Formats: sequence, structure tokens, C-alpha cells
Amino acid sequence: MRNLYYILQKEFLLIFRDKTILRLIFVMPIMQLLLIPMAADYEVKHVSIAVVDQDQSSVSHQLVNKIGASNYFRIVATPGDYPTATRLVEANQADLILTIPPRFAHDLATGNHAAVQIAADAVNGVRAGLGASYAGATVRQFALELRAGAVLSSAAPRPPTIDVSTANWYNPHVNYPLFMVPGILAILVTMVGASLSSLNIVKEKEAGTIEQINVTPIKKYQFILGKLIPFWVLGMISITLGMVVGRVVYHLVPAGSVLTIYLFAAVYLIAVLGVGLFISTVTENQQQATLFSFFIMMVFVLLGGLYTPIDSMPQWAQTIAAYNPPSYFITVIRAVYIKGSTVGDLLPALARLAGFAVAFNALAVWSYKKRSA
Amino acid sequence: MATDRKLRGAAIFWAFIVKEFKHVVRDRKSLAILLGLPVVMMTLFGFALSNEVKDTRFVVVDLTPDAATLALTDRLDQSKYFSFAGQVRNEAEIEQVFRRGEARLAVLFGAQFDRGNAGQRQLRLVADASDANTANIVTNYATAIIAQFQSELPGALPTSAGIVVETRMLYNPQLKSSYMFVPGVMTLILMLLGAMMTSVSIVREKERGTMEVLLVSPMNPLMVIISKAVPYMVLCFVDVLIILALSYGVLDMPGGANIPLLLAECLLFIVTTLALGLVISNKVETQQTAMFISLVGLLMPALVFSGFMFPIENMPLPLKVISNVVPTKWFYMIASNVMIKGLGFAAVIKPTVILAGMTLVLLLISLKSFKQRL
Repeated sequence: MRNLYYILQKEFLLIFRDKTILRLIFVMPIMQLLLIPMAADYEVKHVSIAVVDQDQSSVSHQLVNKIGASNYFRIVATPGDYPTATRLVEANQADLILTIPPRFAHDLATGNHAAVQIAADAVNGVRAGLGASYAGATVRQFALELRAGAVLSSAAPRPPTIDVSTANWYNPHVNYPLFMVPGILAILVTMVGASLSSLNIVKEKEAGTIEQINVTPIKKYQFILGKLIPFWVLGMISITLGMVVGRVVYHLVPAGSVLTIYLFAAVYLIAVLGVGLFISTVTENQQQATLFSFFIMMVFVLLGGLYTPIDSMPQWAQTIAAYNPPSYFITVIRAVYIKGSTVGDLLPALARLAGFAVAFNALAVWSYKKRSA
Repeated sequence: MATDRKLRGAAIFWAFIVKEFKHVVRDRKSLAILLGLPVVMMTLFGFALSNEVKDTRFVVVDLTPDAATLALTDRLDQSKYFSFAGQVRNEAEIEQVFRRGEARLAVLFGAQFDRGNAGQRQLRLVADASDANTANIVTNYATAIIAQFQSELPGALPTSAGIVVETRMLYNPQLKSSYMFVPGVMTLILMLLGAMMTSVSIVREKERGTMEVLLVSPMNPLMVIISKAVPYMVLCFVDVLIILALSYGVLDMPGGANIPLLLAECLLFIVTTLALGLVISNKVETQQTAMFISLVGLLMPALVFSGFMFPIENMPLPLKVISNVVPTKWFYMIASNVMIKGLGFAAVIKPTVILAGMTLVLLLISLKSFKQRL
């Protein structure tokens, strides 16, 4: 026990002397929490439209005004012909081109086939699909209003309509940070647990100081615990800091209990520390360790459903996600923040995470012994 | 004599490049990751990650079923966006279904939907908005389908006499999200390899003290540094080729892209990232700091501001302004214009000039800080 105490003392001293790690612990959460939630707003709005009005009639002007008045659209230009409008799309200045052909008003009045063309820049498929369907709906709405004006004046029965009202449960004001902040907290913990811990051990290897520790009477488990405990503490500090930033900047308070979050974070950290330890046993220098942990972060965090929902993934990816600790932690921390889930609701996830914690650490300790034998 | 010396210089430079190549090639584990990373990322982004909404499960509350409610439910189920997950009776049951994650959307039909007073039909959409983005997209698709359905109801105004909307999707008719990820993955990988790996490998020599040994060699110190960058430049280029092979071979990217132009632009961006790596390596002393700066200062902005993961047009003004000084934004614009839209050089002159200008400034800064260090 005394040995463990000394080695812990050494590790904490080293960490607190290292300005880089301290900066990483403090700057990283703040930077990520400030940048990503503000950027991660995928709502399709401010769709830029270039209108090519070749008709220039009062009806076409009404249609253009109707589109300009909508909140979704911003008319950025009214070029004279379609090729000019295409160049605006190529320069990424317009998302949609609405072309109103000549004789549009005439065709509409005479009951002929009156058509408008919408061309969407479909590089971003979601934006193009929704933008074009909003624009189409606006045009149809305009047509209905025109007809209704004519029909109502002749006292005909009202055309059928469907009143659609929408509600968003759990997040009625569609608050993006509420979704992103808990996810980022999960990345922070993963980063501290997997990347920092592996770098720390590999640094000793690279500097050769690990040999010096190996010749001391310190037992292997004491060395490993001595390495893991400080990063476990740092991980808990980092998630605390993250929650404080979330509260101060975005006024986010978990709907559930903070203790639930800490409980899951504590177990999850043990699991990712096992991953970090494993990385450090299979790599020889910091460059390799960085690459390995970057690779693992990239694959596991992205497959964990941070940006894109797990249910839209294909089956093979969902299978990987089922064995992926971040998927559980990201789901859990979001559930606690957003839906107020309790430990009871999340017991299966807790069992899985505990299983991962045991499995990864066993693997890491096993491969560690093998290497030094 | 002068040519002799030049030749000798060239030979030494070559020897240095060979030495650096050996370093990179001998480190099998890193090499495996550096070459495997593009493959894994292309697979992930191309097949696994998608913000397309497909087959979202929805439940229906329909207490008085009639022809119209059944037809509309069927219409939603038939669309590629939704799949019918069953009937529930009330809001409490919706809540249960949402909690268990069995559906993301509930459609509540008003009582006597089809016989609603004076043709007014009531319908409520309830979305599980714990993932606000997906909820938004789902609600929008549902609303669009309902609007289409409404216009076809008996008694609706004949659409043939209204305005016909002809929609065309340019560049990506199937609306695949993998298209926009390809240039994004390219941007990220080049940033990682070019800037982070170069800076870490230079700083490693500093940290170990072997840099002193290299600097006392007869080589110009600047050439020592450049020779360290060359292997990563080659690796970057190999990764670009891997990405291109995968995107045309596996992901069915639209053909017709001007490949020589794309490769030239990649080369420009590789120089940009190397310049960034050099600036970082001149300023820092330890590998950890180099990695920290590369991650926070380069990779995160590359992810946030290039526009392939997060829409720049929705960002608050300060972030929009910042995005303009991030080189990855301009490279992403060039790469997506050339690859997806199949445009020629004329369409990317502006971002190319901006990127080249940034590169020049970065190279000047790295040269300047380099001299001070000696």
C-alpha cells in the first residue's frame, strides 16, 4: 500500500507539473463545448434562392414575393437567365434555382400547363431535398391561394385541408446544445481516459524511465493502478468542468440526477482507461500512441452515435456499436440529461459498461505482463 | 567546382530523404494506421454514418379509422423515409414507445378525421426530439408527404389547373450523403498526416536531442527540415490516391471530375498542411504540445469549419467569420466543387487563390521563425 501511495504521489506531481496536460484538461472541454454545440445546428433554414423570372408579370412577382416572405428562403439574386444562376450555384452562393418560364401568367390564366422549375444543389442531399420540398410546397400553396381567391368569390365549397400541428417532446424548443453537450462530455471522458493515459505510459517507455520503475520492488498491479488512478481523477474533473461549462454557457441542467452521471462516468472511465493501457502496451512511442488513440477515438466515437443516430446505421455497424463502450455512455448521458432517466432505467447499460471495464483491463494487464516477461 | 558542390549537396539531400523514408517505413504500426485510416474512414462515412433519414419508425393514434387515415398511414409507410411500427391508443403509450426507442414519430389523427367539420381535418405530429436534428428532418418529411396527400384529396383543387413544380437535383440526383463526406475525409486525413505527423516527427528529434546531430551535418538546416516533410508528403499523396480509388471504385462517385486538377489542388493543400506542421514544430518543444496544438488548433477546426459535418450557413456570425481563416474550408470547397460538381479550374479560382495566399503566408512565417531558432 505504501508503494502505491508513493507512485501515486509521483504521478500526480508529474501531471501537475506538465503544463500541456493541464491545458488539455482545461482548454479542451471549454473549446469543444463552445464550438461544437453552436456549430451543430443541422436545421435547414436560410436556403438561398436565385430566382430566374422570365415572365416578369404581376403573378410571377407575387410568387417571388411569397417565396421571399417565407422564413426558410432568402432570395440572393434575380439573374436574367438560367446559366447565370448556375454559376451562382457553382460558387456556392445559391442552394436553389427557381425558374419561372415566360408566358407563366398567361398559361396560368388560360388554364394551360403552367410549370416552374426548381433545381437544387444536391451536394448536400438533406438540404437539397428539404429545400426543394419547401419551395415546392410554397409554390403549391401559392397556386391554391390563387385558385381559392377565384373559387371563393364564386361561393363554391371550401377545398379540403389538413391542419397539421407538430410537437417536439423532451426538447420542445429544439435546443441543439441539449443534444450535443452531453455527447461532448462523453468524448472528453473518452479522450482523457484513452489518449492521455496511453501517452503518459508510452512517454515513460520512450524516455526509458519505465526501466527504472521496473527494477524497483513495485509490483505490476501497483504500477498500473498508479498510472490509472490519476487519470481516473482527471477524467472526473474534466466531466465536472464540462458540466459546469454546460450550465454556465448553455444553462443546461441534467433532467435526471448528477449522481447517475457520475456513477456511469466512473465505470465508463475504468473501461476506457483499460483501452488506454492496452494502447500503451502495443505501441512503442508517442507518435504511434497518438495515431492509435486518434484512430480508436475516430472509429468508436463516430460509431457511438455522436453525430448521426445509431438506428440509421446499417446492420453491421449497429453490431459493432453494440460492443462499443462509447455508444452506451453517449446514450446514457443523453438519456439522463434530456429524458431524466434513472439508474433503474439504465441498468442494462450499466451492466454492459461494467463488463467492458473488466474485459478491457484484463486484456490490458494480460498483454502488459506478457510484454515485460 | 560549383556544380560539383551542388551535386554533392543534392546527394546529401537525397541521403537525408532516404533516411527519413526508412524511419517512416520501419515503423510498421504507424504506417499501417496511416494507410489504413483512409480506408476505415471512407467505409465509416461512406456506409455507416449517414444523416439521411430512412425508414424512421412511426406509430399512429387513430381512434376512428376511416379511408383517409388508412390511406395516409399507408402513404407514409410506403415512402422511403418512414416505416409503420403499429397503433397505440394514447399519449401515455406514445411516451412508452419513445422511452424504449421503438419509434421516433407519432401521428395523431383527429376524431372523425375524414368527416371533420367543413373539410377541416385535424392531425398532430409528435416527434421524439431528444435528437433535435433528426426530429426536425423527420417532421419536415412527414409534413411534406401530408401536404402532397392533401392536394390529392377528393374535392381538392385540381392540380392540373394549378402550377406544376418540376424539381431537379443537380450533381447528386440520388441525394447520397456519402458524396459530401469524401472531400471531407480527404481534408481531415491530409490535415492529420501533413500537419500533425510532420510536426510531431520534427519535435521528436528535438525532444530526443538528435536534432542537434542533424543540424551539424553539412546540410543546410532548412533542407534538414524539408527532408523530414518529404516522406509525409508522399504518404499524403498515396492516401489521396487510395481515397480516389475507393470513391470511384466502391462509392460510385459521379464521374467526369477533372482528376489532374484535383490532384494539383491536393498538392497545394498538402503544402499548406506541411507549412502548418513546420510552423507548429518551430514553436513547440515537446511532442505532447505539438499533438495538443494539432488536435485543438487544426483537426477540430478542420472538422467544425470545413462544412461537411456542420452547416456553416447556420452558424452564428462570429463562427462564420472565423471559418474564413481556416484553410480547410477553402480546400473542402475546391474538392467538393471539382469532385462532386465536376467543375473546372475557372470555378475554383477564388478559393485556390485564397488557399495559395494562406500557404505563402504560412511558409514565410515558418521560414522566419526557423531562422530565429538557429
